Amino acid sequence: MLYQLEGSQAVARAIALCRPEVVCAYPITPQTHIVEGVGELVRSGQLGNCQYLNVESEMAAISVAIGSEAAGVRSYTATSSQGLLYMMEAVYNASGLELPIVMTLGNRAIGSPLNIWNDHADAMSARDAGWLMLFAENNQEAADLHIQAFKIAETLRLPVMVCMDGFILTHAYEKVDLPEQSEVDEFLPPYKPEFSLDPENPCAIGAMVSPNDFMEVRYMAHRRQLEACAVIDKIGTEFSAKFKRNTGGLLRTYHTENAETVVVAMGSVLGTIKDTVDDMNQTNGNGKYGVLSLVSYRPFPDNEIREALKNAKRVIVVEKAFALGRGGILAREVELALKGLDIEIVTVIAGLGGRVITKSMLAEVFRQPKGNLVFLGLKEDAIRQEYKTVLNKGGA
Amino acid sequence: MSSLTMGNRFGQHTTVQSSCDRPNTLTSGHRACQGCGEGLAARCAIDVAYTAAKGKIAVVNATGCLEVVSCAFPDNSWNIPWIHSLFGNTAAVASGIAAAFKNKGQADVRVIAQGGDGGTTDIGMGCLSGMFDRNDDVLYICYDNQAYMNTGVQRSSATPALARTATTMPNSQYSGSDPETGKNVPDIAMAHGIPYVAVASIGNLHDLERKVAKAINIRGAKYIQIHCPCPLGWGFPTAETVRIARLALKSGMYPLFEAENGVLVGSTPVEEQIPVEEYLRVQKRFAHLFGKNAQPENIGILQKIANRNIEKYRLGGMSDE
Amino acid sequence: MSKPFATVVESRTSLANKTGSWRTVRPEYVHRLPPCNVTCPAGENIQQWLSLAQEGKFFEAWQEMVKNNPFPATMGRVCYHTCEKACNRGQYDGSVNINLIERSIGDMAIAKGWSFKKSEVRSDKKVLIIGSGPSGLTAAYFLRQFGYGVDIFESRKYLGGMMRYGVPKYRLPRRVLDAEIKRIQDCGVNTVCNRKVNNIKDELSNYDAIYLAVGASVASSVTIDIEPGSKVVSAVDLFQKIEDNPNDLPNLGKTVVVYGGGNTAIDAARTALRLGAKDVKIVYRRTINNMPAHETEIQDALSEGIEILCLRTISAINGNKVILDKMDYDEESGILSRSGENEMIVADSVVFAIGQAVESSLIQGIDGISISEKGLISVDNCMMTGVKGVFAGGDAILGKRTVTNAIGYGKKAAKCIDAFLQGREYIPNSKNEVANFKKLNTEYYQKDERKEVSRLGNLDFEEKNVSYSDSEVVQEAMRCFSCGNCFHCDNCYSYCPDNAIIKHEDGTLEIDYDYCKGCGICASECPCGAIKMTT
Repeated sequence: MLYQLEGSQAVARAIALCRPEVVCAYPITPQTHIVEGVGELVRSGQLGNCQYLNVESEMAAISVAIGSEAAGVRSYTATSSQGLLYMMEAVYNASGLELPIVMTLGNRAIGSPLNIWNDHADAMSARDAGWLMLFAENNQEAADLHIQAFKIAETLRLPVMVCMDGFILTHAYEKVDLPEQSEVDEFLPPYKPEFSLDPENPCAIGAMVSPNDFMEVRYMAHRRQLEACAVIDKIGTEFSAKFKRNTGGLLRTYHTENAETVVVAMGSVLGTIKDTVDDMNQTNGNGKYGVLSLVSYRPFPDNEIREALKNAKRVIVVEKAFALGRGGILAREVELALKGLDIEIVTVIAGLGGRVITKSMLAEVFRQPKGNLVFLGLKEDAIRQEYKTVLNKGGA
Repeated sequence: MSSLTMGNRFGQHTTVQSSCDRPNTLTSGHRACQGCGEGLAARCAIDVAYTAAKGKIAVVNATGCLEVVSCAFPDNSWNIPWIHSLFGNTAAVASGIAAAFKNKGQADVRVIAQGGDGGTTDIGMGCLSGMFDRNDDVLYICYDNQAYMNTGVQRSSATPALARTATTMPNSQYSGSDPETGKNVPDIAMAHGIPYVAVASIGNLHDLERKVAKAINIRGAKYIQIHCPCPLGWGFPTAETVRIARLALKSGMYPLFEAENGVLVGSTPVEEQIPVEEYLRVQKRFAHLFGKNAQPENIGILQKIANRNIEKYRLGGMSDE
Repeated sequence: MSKPFATVVESRTSLANKTGSWRTVRPEYVHRLPPCNVTCPAGENIQQWLSLAQEGKFFEAWQEMVKNNPFPATMGRVCYHTCEKACNRGQYDGSVNINLIERSIGDMAIAKGWSFKKSEVRSDKKVLIIGSGPSGLTAAYFLRQFGYGVDIFESRKYLGGMMRYGVPKYRLPRRVLDAEIKRIQDCGVNTVCNRKVNNIKDELSNYDAIYLAVGASVASSVTIDIEPGSKVVSAVDLFQKIEDNPNDLPNLGKTVVVYGGGNTAIDAARTALRLGAKDVKIVYRRTINNMPAHETEIQDALSEGIEILCLRTISAINGNKVILDKMDYDEESGILSRSGENEMIVADSVVFAIGQAVESSLIQGIDGISISEKGLISVDNCMMTGVKGVFAGGDAILGKRTVTNAIGYGKKAAKCIDAFLQGREYIPNSKNEVANFKKLNTEYYQKDERKEVSRLGNLDFEEKNVSYSDSEVVQEAMRCFSCGNCFHCDNCYSYCPDNAIIKHEDGTLEIDYDYCKGCGICASECPCGAIKMTT
């Protein structure tokens, strides 16, 4: 059924449809309205049989989810930006313990300087934490990904982070088609953990592991990430078949078949990119530009990306975070996926700290990127001025 | 023969620990040091909880001595559902477990969080306070050995005044841990107004068992702090663990009491207070308070603390009620 | 998928980790000798019967008593209970009132008619015991149990020796003594009274062994200038008269002086009071602290108004005038000397209680057996005299002259005679280490005062009934520390941080050396010193 909803509310309703038994959050900025929304659904009884814990910090939020998930119930939390960093120790812990928690990350910049607006620096900080990370392109996909995420997590016994752009998605009203409860129930069966804290069948979870076995534990975690690609793809296909929407999965392509230049990106910027590409293709002749929407950042679908981009001459990776002093993060991963192919790779760092990304800015860079690393819309005058001062200081 | 022993042939006033069929929730083969007070306290406390809850318990363990000695792959010493997450999030993990069992309609499964003093009074304080604030149905047990023992005896906020640790080494300028520092977590717990707060000791197992059994049947947040001497960290022979705990009680250095809803409701009397010196002298962590370079006023500082405990927690008796 | 590898572990897998390999010292359950048992001249296992009494198993407690001493009710009255002096609880909150418990259970046995097990005569060898005092009767009791035929010849009118002729009946009622003697007779000991053996030569061929339990029945003589007509009597004679002619009690007059410092002197003085004397004085040459009499006896005497004149000897008795030499006594050197001063006191009678010796005619003319200068028979470690098969014990040999010691000699003599008759050497059991106070952890014993009962009654020959009630027996027995022997307090089991002590269904404990790390907490927290750490 179609609703006009704020992104956060849409996700809150999607979460409720997944019947989590424990929801916990530190509902303070940086946070989104999702947990307020879920809280309201619990209090109003629309999400029955669920414990809602309003905790004192993000560390507590993820830890409560670790506890409840270990006790064998479907658990959910959400965070954003600094909040993710504050819980980071436990983020690693949750995946190490193989607990299929689902968490929304309302992507926002990391301070300092303090900045509450959208970019992907928070998500990139968790890229090696052992979680599966799925990026939503729009609010419909955000809602749908959560329903898929629980199924993926519980199938793989791995936690899933659903990333959606802060403000741009979380605070924006869009039409969202939310499925019926019965349909979701058919898609997502009740959670049956393979191990849990059970007095009838006790085990210890979270043993210390010595050098003798630690490598093997880590290697197996690696293998499971690789195997996850097939599961995400399969569940995405299942979802599309059932709900008649092409959301989720590993990635989606847009006019890539004969494109010479393919733009790769994650999240809400893809909408603007597609519009830009459409305009450019109309102007410059059909099929010169294509787009690859990456849904699954972790696991990173190397083979699927390589297959989709093998005919391109140039790949432009637009990303909302970067490694200081090194450049694009996503771009390097794409580059690795395309290793050995004769494809030029351009990194476009865009939209940091919520900086506006316009079609004209994108069109300009797609047409003629100035170098392999471009900072989209960088105020070069200001930089020059400041840089001079710094240089002078250094020279004196 | 005497109701003060752990058991007797007559089955009167016996402890769970003395029972033939105690559950041994923490079983043999664990790697705790010889004479470990914490290992002993943990088995005693969890055995009682297990017995009182008819086997329906789940335990979260903070990182620390107890965790590493009891569960290192492939050796798990527990025979109860047990989880170790992190150092500082134990209370929150427990809150999650309690919420899960409540939601499953299994609130009869009693949830216990446990950790050392470092994991409780320092790094775990935030989550602990949050758990108290929400009055989550969790019994938090702090095994207080008064420093970070697992990592080489560094000072924690539970380290007593003037004690030597790796980070409070006495020298000509300093005399152990600064007497003006430290944190009284039982008092902090009481300030949260939670249903039950108690301080216990392995020097009085009857009392310890009673408190844990009482706590396990109370709904809401509970806090029990147990004094667990550490032979290695405190510097005394391994056979003396229980004796040292007893001396702490008899000197007033470790007051045993209990509080309900923030109000002191009971104290374990110190019948004949012994001078603190008797407790201090037998531990190397206080060795600098004696001998030729010692400053005589230091003993007085600790004696004052002991005396104040006796007054504050009414260890001389609660007859004025 | 199964469970996660390594991070999730099944329960109790640590049992594979045998931490016993860490151990450098090793705890062991031991049996240490409790001080009470060590000091008991009769060798009673006091701790064991106290333990049974704690459980209200009075019959079993009594059976345990009579394993070593066939006279519990008697002992409970006349024993000077060295056990209580040794009792570790004395250093805590007052020794256990062992003596009164023994008496109470002994009385219970008489009241309920508990008897000894009858034992068949299993040997063709026969033993003669001369003298029916505590030593003789005890030896007879054990020899019967070992399966020998036993005859006792007693020269006096009644059986009992010094229990009858040395202990006044206000301390030991004759119905109690008679009952306990009868129990021995009932198990098949043949006793003959008024049968004086003039010389053991006459009996040597009739028996395979002879036990001389003749006591020291001859009053020692003294060199005192006694004016003829002065009323002087020995305590031995006084007591015999009272026993043998209870309807014709001697009259000692109003003022009586007793000479001597032993228990007999005290008994004589207190008897004098009961015979009608109003003013009784004991004259003793050293200080009151040096009196050989037991301190409770001295206290009782003082309580009854008897005056003790110390540092005095009697130099002359002229009618009712008794001349005393004042003495100087140097505590350090133990040297006693006349001060040169003297004084005179008045007495209607003087009772001598200054020692007794063995009647020497019994063994006259036999090679290898003799009476020493001190009037005693010499024996070897196995209580045998120089004559093969002739043994001696009790007051007749060197040693402490108490009823309890005599019982101890009787028991040992029986064992020695048994060994002799079987042609083997008597080897006493080896003794364990003593559980002294330092070996205890008294933290676990709740302070609980000894239940004291005054034995002082009226100034007549009736005994005051002071026995405990059944519940008082249990309560007082509960005060026993069980020094040196596990009493199943379960401290070791409860405190072992490694669960390395196994408690079996029947309560018995076992150390699991697979896991014991040797920390020693079990030994430290054992209240009674029943665990030893060894390297």
